[in-house]
Amino acid sequence: MRKQDSRISVVSRRKFLQLAGIGSGGLILGSGFTGAQPVWADADNASDSEHTLNLFVSIAPDDTVSIVCHRSEMGQGIRTGLPQIVADEMEADWEKVNVIQGLADKRYGSQNTDGSRSIRNFYHTMRTMGASARHMLEAAAAQLWTVPVASCQALQHRVHHKDSGRSIRFGELAELAASQPVPEASALKLKSSEDFNYIGKPVATYDTPDMVVGKGQYGQDIQLENMLIASIERAPVLGSTVASVKQDKARAVKDVVAIETMDGGQLPPLFHPLAGVAVLATNTWAALKGRKALEITWSDSPHSDHNSTEYIDTLKQRVAKPGKTVTAYGDTDTELAKSERHHSATYSVPYLTHAAMEPPSATAVVGENSCEIWACTQTPQSAQQNVAKALGLKPEQVKVNVTLLGGGFGRKSKPDFAVEAAVLARKMQRPVKVVWSREDDIRHSYYHAASAAYFEAGLNSDGLVSAWRQRTAFPSISGTFSAGVDHPSAGELSLGFADLAFDIPNRTCETAVAEYHTRIGWMRSVANIQNAFGICSFADELAHLSGQTPDAFLLELIGKDRYVNPNQEDFKYGNYGAQLKDSPVDTARLKRVVKETAAKADFSLNNGKGEGWGIAVHRSFLSYVGIATRVEVQGDKLRVAEMHCVADVGLAVNPDRVNAQMEGAMIFGLSLALMGEVTMENGAVKNSNFHDYPLLRMQQCPALHVHLLTSDQPPAGVGEPGVPPVAPSITNAIYAACGERIRDLPVNMHMSLA
Amino acid sequence: MELTINGKIHQVDVDEDMPLLWALRDELKLTGTKFGCGAGLCGACTIHINGNPARACLTPVSAAKGATITTIEGLSEAGNHPLQQAWIKHNVPQCGYCQSGQLMSAAALLANNPNPTEQEIDSAMSGNLCRCGTYPRIKTAIKDAALAYPAKGSNTNA
Repeated sequence: MRKQDSRISVVSRRKFLQLAGIGSGGLILGSGFTGAQPVWADADNASDSEHTLNLFVSIAPDDTVSIVCHRSEMGQGIRTGLPQIVADEMEADWEKVNVIQGLADKRYGSQNTDGSRSIRNFYHTMRTMGASARHMLEAAAAQLWTVPVASCQALQHRVHHKDSGRSIRFGELAELAASQPVPEASALKLKSSEDFNYIGKPVATYDTPDMVVGKGQYGQDIQLENMLIASIERAPVLGSTVASVKQDKARAVKDVVAIETMDGGQLPPLFHPLAGVAVLATNTWAALKGRKALEITWSDSPHSDHNSTEYIDTLKQRVAKPGKTVTAYGDTDTELAKSERHHSATYSVPYLTHAAMEPPSATAVVGENSCEIWACTQTPQSAQQNVAKALGLKPEQVKVNVTLLGGGFGRKSKPDFAVEAAVLARKMQRPVKVVWSREDDIRHSYYHAASAAYFEAGLNSDGLVSAWRQRTAFPSISGTFSAGVDHPSAGELSLGFADLAFDIPNRTCETAVAEYHTRIGWMRSVANIQNAFGICSFADELAHLSGQTPDAFLLELIGKDRYVNPNQEDFKYGNYGAQLKDSPVDTARLKRVVKETAAKADFSLNNGKGEGWGIAVHRSFLSYVGIATRVEVQGDKLRVAEMHCVADVGLAVNPDRVNAQMEGAMIFGLSLALMGEVTMENGAVKNSNFHDYPLLRMQQCPALHVHLLTSDQPPAGVGEPGVPPVAPSITNAIYAACGERIRDLPVNMHMSLA
Repeated sequence: MELTINGKIHQVDVDEDMPLLWALRDELKLTGTKFGCGAGLCGACTIHINGNPARACLTPVSAAKGATITTIEGLSEAGNHPLQQAWIKHNVPQCGYCQSGQLMSAAALLANNPNPTEQEIDSAMSGNLCRCGTYPRIKTAIKDAALAYPAKGSNTNA
């Protein structure tokens, strides 16, 4: 069932969440909820006809089951995936499910939709919520019929009484079910996997019917009565502020209502709005025109001499010299000196940006002691806290409505744009929508860090790797939150660097200095991008040097089946927030992916005559993904002809959406590998729009194939882990095709794209 | 100023140089046509003007006076254009933001060329970016929807 107004109605359904609560019966189960109180629908308040069973589930007499999705939908299909789990466990009919977007509310636990963790962290919680609702429906039927609850069974939206053959609709039981005591956690019986109706099935995406008729409501689409549109000219350099502004020409533009200077320029930047000048108008066109007419002088900034090309050169020089040791095993120096053959290489990846199709946008209404936000945010609770702080309100005085996101990729996990809307709405005392343009999005992102990494290895006389050193330098995301950070953090080194799964007795992992000059943030798979590019490229170089096929060499390098423990002394491995005992670094799973990936490639083509296959495999977000790529090279012209993704993501709750994420990850990886580069000159971003920050277009897209490996492991990450192995699989294929080793991305600096 | 959009006549009081995109979105609240780049580079704002695909972000309202304008909201009355059905069948959208424009470009293609080749699809769709990476499914859905169009001449495609 679909209600076209479901996202709108969430605004008027405040009661839903006021009533929604979680029982005293211990349903919390370590899901991250804290301080939840039993708040139940009661007769006095039940003016709306829905009956609430728990924080996520309510049922209306007409049989509609409303399920809250508390995570942000940005294309990963989470408004389908999470409710699909609940619906399965509670035996609801998916056709009668209405998905409600959760407001910012800490009772839900984390709503920060990043880290590829919605399913892996909430799979059990969603099953519990569904099972709890099912038990309450069965208990209600037992009470109604005065029969033992054990004789009542919920099946496809009805509760059946086995002995009498009677049955009753969920909707008829709704009120009585909501009055049942919440079952104890220990009393909950989860379904067995062979009884799953939806889990593991390709349930169609809930929002697609709205999207294909233009009814999906995104952040940019919010329309409120009496609303002003704000377009903001922001400081081009981090730390810079408005020195002076001439407003006359902008004020003269028809429909421009106000011009407001935005404070900013704080360092570290956190999620503060940047300094700038906002033009507010009754329509977007007037705001954009007015903004162009501004004449602004900016203050100097300590970052005004930052040039990205020189910066990457500097990082490359630094990583070639001894750095700070993160982990060390055996005696790398001695073994390198003793080795039969020595090989070294330095790689670099430039600054990158998310460039989601929907530029950021937020709308705010501010009252005396309240604020309401509508935003395409990945992180409603962070938006709530940051808006509250900026306005001097308590977080609970700020209501955050999450729209659909026209892509996120990590950019929209920074709520700076929501704070801008709130600050301006207070100044104007009327609703304000902040519309970011594409240029704003490209020039004022939280960038993926530029990086350089150095690798060296020694091979013994058997062609085995006896010693390995890897050293990386990139500005840390931690610099966004703390001044003076100039090395990658342990968290970033946990993203496919210090968790190297190669069985090399003598190895070191080091970092070198990289200062912070521009806002750095998470972008889809984060540091795994540069870490996998370096490791998977260097392993391929060594395979060629040793005369082995890439897969044979990798299997040997990974070594025997085992769990790798990357923790060593001061280095604490993050493991994507999971316990190593639950989600180990499992070389058997990695090797299986190597073999399956290699099986898609034909290395016999790799003779340097213009066609070649490359592979790369990488574990990230607890998933194991391999990419096999075939390229054709004619002269300096490159065509990526074919790409296969082999993925072990544990249980795939919705295999169609997992496939879609892997397809998307390949295309995201193709864009960054082939043409992704943000350039900074004198502290400012030079790129501005899709002509100079290009993305892959349809005619450049190779044939893509996804192969999901069946797995009895718990659900692991899906949105991000497809990205890291893409770039090295392409450059490895290029080497196989023509003998050119590309170590500095993007590829189009070296070759032209067909 | 009078604009004919999705079969209805609308009055808008805006500057002649305002791009149609903002007249649609801000004045008429037809937000299905999306803002992606404002420079004709991404295709998210693709509409039909007299049946031809056009970028609403680059088309001043003055140029649309007297023309027949179709937006995603008017592509079909019941949301059942063969392409919309194919989009649902193949579960094409991810975030969905670019899909209005993708559908409008594809609809213009099929209206003029019901049996496009692979290259003709590439060429017609090359101006529409998708950051989520739905190109393979878009292509499959276009080919599938094309089957619903009457075959032309000897080029049978049933």
